Amino acid sequence: MDIIRVEGVAKSYGQHQVHKNLTLAIKKGECFTLLGPSGCGKTVLLRLIAGFESPDAGKIYIDDTLVSDVTHRLEIPPENRGLGIVFQDYAVWPHMTVFENVAYPLKIAKRPKEEMRERVMKMIDIVGMHELDKRLPSELSGGQQQRVALARALVGNPSLMLLDEPLSNLDANLREEMRFEIKELQRKLDITVLYVTHDQEIGLAISDRVAVMNETGEIQQIGTPWEIFEQPINPFVFHFMGIANSIEVRRENSAYLVGNGQQPVPWKSPEGDTAHWIAGFRPSDVQIARDGEGLRGIVRRANFLGAMMDYLIEIDGVHLRTSIETHRALSENLMFKTGDICTIRFLNLLWFEADKVKEAAQP
Amino acid sequence: MSSIKTKSSFGVAQVILFLSIAILVIVVAFPVLLILFNAFWVNDEFNFAGALEIIKEPQTFQALKNSLIIATGTTIGSTIVGTFFAWLVTRTDLPHKTFMKSMFLVPFMLPSFIGALAWKMLLSPNAGFINQFFIQHLGFTGPIFNIYSYIGISTVEVMYLFPFVFIQVCGALERMDPTLEESARISGAGLFTITRKITIPLVMPSILSGALLIMLYSMAHFGTVAVLGIENGIYNIPTLIYERIHQSGGSFDAIRTGTVLATVLVISAAIIIYAQRKILGSGHYQIIGGKSFRPMELKLRGLRMPLMIFCLAYIAFTIVLPTVVIFLVGSLKTYGLAFTFDNLSLDNYKFILFDYKVTRDAIFNSVTLGFTAAIITMFAGVMISYVIVKMKVRGKGILEFLGMLPFSVPGSVIALGVILAWSGQFGINLYNTVWIILVAYIARYMAFSLKANSAALEQVHDSLVEASRACGATMWQSLRDIVLPLVRPGMLAAFFLIFLPSLRELTVSIMLYAPTTRTIGVAIYTLNEDGETVISAALAGIALIIIILGQSVINHFTKKAGV
Repeated sequence: MDIIRVEGVAKSYGQHQVHKNLTLAIKKGECFTLLGPSGCGKTVLLRLIAGFESPDAGKIYIDDTLVSDVTHRLEIPPENRGLGIVFQDYAVWPHMTVFENVAYPLKIAKRPKEEMRERVMKMIDIVGMHELDKRLPSELSGGQQQRVALARALVGNPSLMLLDEPLSNLDANLREEMRFEIKELQRKLDITVLYVTHDQEIGLAISDRVAVMNETGEIQQIGTPWEIFEQPINPFVFHFMGIANSIEVRRENSAYLVGNGQQPVPWKSPEGDTAHWIAGFRPSDVQIARDGEGLRGIVRRANFLGAMMDYLIEIDGVHLRTSIETHRALSENLMFKTGDICTIRFLNLLWFEADKVKEAAQP
Repeated sequence: MSSIKTKSSFGVAQVILFLSIAILVIVVAFPVLLILFNAFWVNDEFNFAGALEIIKEPQTFQALKNSLIIATGTTIGSTIVGTFFAWLVTRTDLPHKTFMKSMFLVPFMLPSFIGALAWKMLLSPNAGFINQFFIQHLGFTGPIFNIYSYIGISTVEVMYLFPFVFIQVCGALERMDPTLEESARISGAGLFTITRKITIPLVMPSILSGALLIMLYSMAHFGTVAVLGIENGIYNIPTLIYERIHQSGGSFDAIRTGTVLATVLVISAAIIIYAQRKILGSGHYQIIGGKSFRPMELKLRGLRMPLMIFCLAYIAFTIVLPTVVIFLVGSLKTYGLAFTFDNLSLDNYKFILFDYKVTRDAIFNSVTLGFTAAIITMFAGVMISYVIVKMKVRGKGILEFLGMLPFSVPGSVIALGVILAWSGQFGINLYNTVWIILVAYIARYMAFSLKANSAALEQVHDSLVEASRACGATMWQSLRDIVLPLVRPGMLAAFFLIFLPSLRELTVSIMLYAPTTRTIGVAIYTLNEDGETVISAALAGIALIIIILGQSVINHFTKKAGV
């Protein structure tokens, strides 16, 4: 069952068209991440769902209830959409204590004092702010403020929580810690989470499903983190997921030859008539050996980086880099010198048409 | 509670917008429009020539000329004095600079018409204490200075208005990057050349903008001219409007002359404000960053002591002397007696505070009017600023334009406008009641409230309100629980910015008072006109004490709130 349905939504600010005809569905109970570069309109989409902005066209449903519909001039205000929201800048009210901040949604809902106290204290405990309930936000660190914001968003038992880059103002360690806590909370409380971020690492780490958006606000691919990571559907996703390594391959008749040489690619070939191809791979999918099956190459540069050995390898005019742990290189006789001949094997290659990759690289 | 409620609280934004527009229209725009309408619309037709005729009448034309002469003199004088002192306290090694700086700001809180009263006592041609002293003891045959003159009026205005330039120029000089001057020095320029070619051009926008403010203020200024000019037949625009309306009891001709004169004031104000914005917006300021630098200080050497004595003498002469005179005269048993210990007592102060109905009423009226106006204007201002700063709603442009109006409408124009609007022509007659003064005060001080409240609202980040909306709070609840508590310091500032000046208000109240609705300002002025110099001075003294106490309270609060 879908908890959010966005149907044909368009939104523009003056001349700037952020979304046109956007459609998206989020299932109940999942942790869904909207991933895209900054300025792609992912925050706008979140604000449209929350009701802080109204669409120029299209419909938005939450829990099968129509909340935004331009043609019928229907616009349910944010307070009636029953959501929990966590903002990038925490938005913890500076004039209220931790307790008052977290209790506010219940106060607005006019819950009895006893119940309020109990639920607030429980939520403060859950986010790990035990015994800090009487502090003012100015006495809290950024991470603690973000926990207050989380507790406040969760205390009313919303079925849907929207998070807008909630971790980007935190330092790296705290970010890592918090992202697992968010995931943990989502499981424990069994709520749907829509998470908006430009950080693919967080997106992959916590989501059940990910939607990748390009610069112009179009959704490129929706899938599990694994699908997105392993099978990027197009060059944009390929680049955005950080697969920077690639080699050029040309097609001659039915053979796929690397660079300007005559070595055929011995693995699964792509389908299509295009003459020029790019084969993308992750550094971790490259295996280097002295000999055996694979592509012949020459080590052009060997760098000792302490724990790692870093090699620049040329295969018939194309260059690629790979690294290997120094201790493995020593034990397996893989310490190459500049000019050595080597063999390269790829565990996984992703094929893209060369023209499209170039387009994606220069938007 | 996490279920979705389809009931929509539609139109809250529209209600607030509508209310905000309504307040500004009723309080400011409508009266101003009525003035323009009355000035140009006679016998159901547009009549521009008629308005020109009125301007050409000798008395009105003279008033226009006088306003211009006095304003020009005041502006030039204040600019020279303000810039010079600003330079002294920021760029030289003058001793006790901080003390001097705070003293130069004191005239800001002193009402200029009380100062004018003091100078009248000191320098009126026949009875002035200084003139008398020179005639009786130093063998002069006539008065050494006649305060009832253009020069006299302008000089007194300069004493009270120069801080406008002083503050602006001080700020610019303090924030100016010293490397700009240092690089000129390294290039071989002498100090004189640097000052002429680098420093002055850089602070010119601040000087000009301060000067224009003074021009605007002086053209529309009532108090000083009323106290010092009328005796010698010198009227400027506001005093002539007052004179006409007051004498004729609101006849058609008087109103029409008033509206034409007021129109001239409104147009001049609009031009001046436009010019000021142009100057401030013209990029010159980019060189002057927000950072505070330690500026290059000029060694005054031999001039150090003489200049310090000059500054102290200026402070003594323009601030201490008039204040002392007010308190001394206020303590005299009868005006004209010598200032000996026997002739001085606190009886007058006791009399006006406890026994004399006129002054007791005036104090009561001013305090209640000021308080009410401050409360209403504070709340209206926070609402209007909220729409302007925070809300995204169609029709906001109108409000932004209306919000500019209070900044550019002089007090006497507002007073005339409310007379036109609330004297019964439109079904409501507030004339001769305290309510008409209240309406006028709200219009007059709306600008202060808008300024303080928008500054405070800029600090409240949008996501704080969005967070409360997401928590289920309606817009009203968010305003009540989140926005209002956070802008409270700004509202408090607005309250005092209105309450204090309204205690000494004269320009508006003098046009609107009835026998029972005198304010402190009106009482001081009319008592003085009636020859009750001693009582008037005593009341002025009380007003000064209230103002200084209030100012200390403000300083205390603003320091604490960091506004």
